[in-house]
Amino acid sequence: MKINFSKIIIFSFVVFLISVFWMGLKKNNNYNTKNLTGSEISSFKLPSIYNGDIISDETLKQNQFTLINFFASWCAPCRLEHKYLIKLANHNKDIKILGINFKDKKKNVINFLNELDDPYDYVVEDQDGKTSILFGIYGIPETILINKELIIIKKIVGPIDKKQFEEILNFIQ
Amino acid sequence: MILKKILIIYFLLFFPLQSNEVNQELTEIYKNLRCLICQGQSVADSNSDFAATLKLVVQDQVEEGKTKKEIYDFLISKYGEWIVYQPPLNKNNFLLWFLPYFILALGGLIIFIIIRKSNNNKAN
Repeated sequence: MKINFSKIIIFSFVVFLISVFWMGLKKNNNYNTKNLTGSEISSFKLPSIYNGDIISDETLKQNQFTLINFFASWCAPCRLEHKYLIKLANHNKDIKILGINFKDKKKNVINFLNELDDPYDYVVEDQDGKTSILFGIYGIPETILINKELIIIKKIVGPIDKKQFEEILNFIQ
Repeated sequence: MILKKILIIYFLLFFPLQSNEVNQELTEIYKNLRCLICQGQSVADSNSDFAATLKLVVQDQVEEGKTKKEIYDFLISKYGEWIVYQPPLNKNNFLLWFLPYFILALGGLIIFIIIRKSNNNKAN
């Protein structure tokens, strides 16, 4: 039987292309934080919103766990997650919460915290938003749980919900 | 006086050139960065908060003298390869880089086979 090489090559090529496109469709290309979990946070220095004292990565080394929460007074989903931050602050003394206020007005932040209560052990301001890039942040709110060695244990994109709140509790217990 | 004039001419001629070069480099970098919160827009095209912040960070790093590769590596370490439109060559994306050449070679081979076959048929 005569083998038609052209047909075999074209057929193999079509199968190959379909496989590549199929794999491409199945792959999730959206931004994910997989590459950040397990890595150390970058060095940073930000001033406290209340008294201008500098809070840095060195400060966080004193804590067993730190939850770094990026928030803003103009961010509606931040209001949704706030109750979980309050619960965490009251629930466990092993965890400290650092609030990084993103591109906001000091007056508005203080009003926001007066209205909803202040769950943060430290509140600092990132006026130009540059520090948020060091943490791989691309939207507000986002939250990062780190341990004493400043290693990222969990990163939450969007507001904290009940499930994520319980996951945080499991990590720190 | 003459020295002063020479200095003024020097600054007028060369500083805009340097600044243009930096702007060109910045634009090239912005165009290769994906705006993660936009639909199909690069950082260069976007006016979102995220894009504006990213532009500031890139600008700082260019001023610090970092190379394009160093800037891309830094951003990839924070956001993954998705942040760049032109990802660096690695085992996960080698097909993306070599498939066009492979297709070109395969197309050439197919055309060669067809022509040779038709010549053989004519000869017979």
